[in-house]
Amino acid sequence: MLLISCPNCGPRDETEFHYGGQAHVAYPESPNDLTDREWAEYLFYRENTKGTFAERWVHSTGCRQWFNMLRDTVSYEIHSIYGMGQPRPDIKVPGQRSEPDKPGEFTQTGEFGQTEPGLAPGAPTTGVPISGATAPTSSEGV
Amino acid sequence: MAETATPAETAHVDRVRGARRSPAEHLAEAFTSGSVPGTVTLTEIPYQTMVGVRVHPASDAGSRVASVTGGLPATCGAVTGSAVSGKDSVNTLWLGPTEFMVVAPEEAHDSLGGSLVSDLTTALGNDAGQVVDLSANRTTFELSGSHARAVLEKTCALDLHPRVFKAGTAVSTELAHIPVMLWKTSDESYRIFPRASFADFLGRWLLDAMREYASPEVP
Repeated sequence: MLLISCPNCGPRDETEFHYGGQAHVAYPESPNDLTDREWAEYLFYRENTKGTFAERWVHSTGCRQWFNMLRDTVSYEIHSIYGMGQPRPDIKVPGQRSEPDKPGEFTQTGEFGQTEPGLAPGAPTTGVPISGATAPTSSEGV
Repeated sequence: MAETATPAETAHVDRVRGARRSPAEHLAEAFTSGSVPGTVTLTEIPYQTMVGVRVHPASDAGSRVASVTGGLPATCGAVTGSAVSGKDSVNTLWLGPTEFMVVAPEEAHDSLGGSLVSDLTTALGNDAGQVVDLSANRTTFELSGSHARAVLEKTCALDLHPRVFKAGTAVSTELAHIPVMLWKTSDESYRIFPRASFADFLGRWLLDAMREYASPEVP
């Protein structure tokens, strides 16, 4: 059970909160100009960071306000809680590999919907290698 | 108001009262038999007038609403208004930075001759915000006695020790995994506001949690 410090209500149990997914996914400036693929990436493609991850939470049982949280997806340690609209705090966590988790970094070749590179055996591996596959083993089991 | 009510109005009010069923009405007998006087007692306070208010407290509308309710609480846990013991007490509970719940006796409701809801609606006017009559949304349980805190501590994750959770504090939290408002009205008395559909479950849950205090304490 996480103990999350709501900016309004103070520390409360995780069961009072709901998860809102990756933070800082900006709405496209001109959605009408996007291709179907770009729009689908904006809607559905999210990072799967191993390590420090910026995410949104809402205190649904309490003040019903949203906030951002910097949380380690491995150790579940909460590094920072900050308001909606504020930039991600630049926090260096010692012993943590610094892996970017910017949206849009994930790339994949081929037409959208044509192939499923992650699933099809022998699919062309021209994309960026899946994060974690080449990660140093020192961060395992933190 | 009662002194100016015509016979027709009185008849209407009687009809309204007669038609109502409170969410935990069927548990009233169980509450009485399950209570241990002096140790822990549970009662339902049905039909309280409750109004949900959303308004920015620093705005003009916020100050007009505050003049009706007797202030708007500024922080989590804060409660404004008159003393709870009073028959006419109107209190405002903090739900969020711009969201409040006004709790008043049933007589304050417009359908029973009061004017709380219409007063608040008038105070808000056409400004941004909302005033919603939520009287039927929740019911009120009063859990009191020297062991009331022990009963709540079986399920409440908050620190209910008096040095942290003081009388006159109301928070929105979870009891028995259901969302409630928990208001500590005095040192040994709590008011719990579950939504109507949870009232049966929470009433039975509290009765079960109270049962051990009916037996003599094992040293």
